[in-house]
Amino acid sequence: MREDLGRALAEYGGRNEEVVVLDADVSSSTKTCTFAEKYPDRFFNVGIAEPGMINLAVGLAMNNKIPFVSSFASILCYRGLEQIRTCVAYNDVNVKILSSYAGVSDYKDGPTHHAIFDLAIMRAMPNMTVLNPADGVELRELLPLAAEWDGPVYMRITRADVPEVFSEGLDVKIGEGRVIEEGTDLTIIVSGIMLNRALQAQKLLAKEGVSVRVVELHTLKPLDKELIIESAEKTGAIVTVEEHTSIGGLYGAVSEALAQSIPTPVVPVGINDRYLLTAPDEESIWDYCGLRPEDILQSAENVLKRK
Amino acid sequence: MAYSDTEISKLEDIARDLRINTLEMINRRGAGHPGGSLSCAEIITTLYFKIMNIYPDKPEDPDRDRFILSKGHASAILYAALARRGFFAGEDLKEWGKIDCHLQGHPEKNKTPGIDMTTGILGHGVSVGAGLALSAKLDNRDYQTYVLLGDGEIQGGIVWEGALMPSRFKLNNLTLILDYNGIQLDGFVNDIMPLEPLVEKWESFNYKVIEVDGHNIEELLNAFDLAKNIHQPVMIIAYTTKGKGVSFMEDRNEWHGMPPDEQQLQSAVKELGGYKT
Repeated sequence: MREDLGRALAEYGGRNEEVVVLDADVSSSTKTCTFAEKYPDRFFNVGIAEPGMINLAVGLAMNNKIPFVSSFASILCYRGLEQIRTCVAYNDVNVKILSSYAGVSDYKDGPTHHAIFDLAIMRAMPNMTVLNPADGVELRELLPLAAEWDGPVYMRITRADVPEVFSEGLDVKIGEGRVIEEGTDLTIIVSGIMLNRALQAQKLLAKEGVSVRVVELHTLKPLDKELIIESAEKTGAIVTVEEHTSIGGLYGAVSEALAQSIPTPVVPVGINDRYLLTAPDEESIWDYCGLRPEDILQSAENVLKRK
Repeated sequence: MAYSDTEISKLEDIARDLRINTLEMINRRGAGHPGGSLSCAEIITTLYFKIMNIYPDKPEDPDRDRFILSKGHASAILYAALARRGFFAGEDLKEWGKIDCHLQGHPEKNKTPGIDMTTGILGHGVSVGAGLALSAKLDNRDYQTYVLLGDGEIQGGIVWEGALMPSRFKLNNLTLILDYNGIQLDGFVNDIMPLEPLVEKWESFNYKVIEVDGHNIEELLNAFDLAKNIHQPVMIIAYTTKGKGVSFMEDRNEWHGMPPDEQQLQSAVKELGGYKT
């Protein structure tokens, strides 16, 4: 997905000269280097200074530039949080935050480099739009929309090479989720790169005769409440799937939406309220933290009992 | 550029008036920061009434000079200056802090005409100012960016992340000003977390450092003129007195964030000699 980001930035940057890209000494990892090679005059490496980078972008945005700031999620959204709150979100300027190596995708560097409650923080922030693409195709489609969106955007990007679920020419609109599979017994709502595993679970459930609707939300804020409510009405039970703690992310968003409209059993598949550990690859840490297709299957069985 | 005595004296009168506005505003609201507002009265006056190219009828003009009050708690004196320059009605100052007033506790870009950057949490001005200055370079615009910092403020790390940038990005259009009054909320800067040697610190960050008496209008005017013509980022260290102009407030940290009561206000206004213009 990193390569998709670099490509999308370079492509869109060629069409829009107001785009500038800032990175904090990790451009060869985040792949903003692809943009830098093409447009060196519009690329600024600030060194290992994420809060300063965010503020530099704020100044640029206040003069009608469209700055993308890029670094690792674990640093950007935690160390840079006060800048994001005060100078970006409260100030309501057009800074686009590319939060790379998100979730547990920096498996080899360990828990200091994980970002497993970033979505909860960003969702809670007024004026922030929160995007969580499922694969490289969706990321490439979302990036120009993020650039042209009026206001701050947080985009979560994984380091992992996730399989492409979507095909080119995808119709993407910020704030609109999509139905990937139709079904009647329950809905699996997924946000981000767990889409592939959610679809594996859906197939396992189909073998058991359970008809599963699969809904994907690439935008966590503004939330597509209509689609969530429609899914609850149609299937009466929900499982949420996300590479994030089960506090304040997708599970929180879906539960909040349903509690106020059509109370429905919701069971989360996500990371428990804890820090994780170093792993040899992303698949094994996803398995370790309870994100196996079998875990989704189990949660589906649990939620069906509560219908 | 030489300035006439009349011109300087006029600016001194404005500074005195802004001090009185400030104390009245803080008294009326029962909240605000008198000490650090009074210490930067001449700095604000010089910038807003002489140095900066600003257009009150076009507050968003892309070619205007930019100002960031990085020490956002001195908002009262900035609001007084903006009102006097015609960015909004002077009557608005009386509404400061009320629930539907555009004047917030600390400066807010999206609510108040003439405010270029939302501030209040300390430390952001240098790096945001670097962004403004950099965008001027990218767009070939001639405007200057000024950032006013408090001394306690520069104890924070984000200031120094920002401080590295102007030299790297060749921002000779950025001028920082330090309101060096030596006092922060809890006491003397030198007792809490000393900053010295300060001139050498900024010089080592590749700034041209200009030292001035921050209450001397002529020195400030000359420093700003010089800053515009220097081909490197500039730090003007302005030596000031916290609570300047009101003897019972001067050099007293308790006046950092305490509003004067009615009697104290009257006594302060009397000492300042009442409105001059």
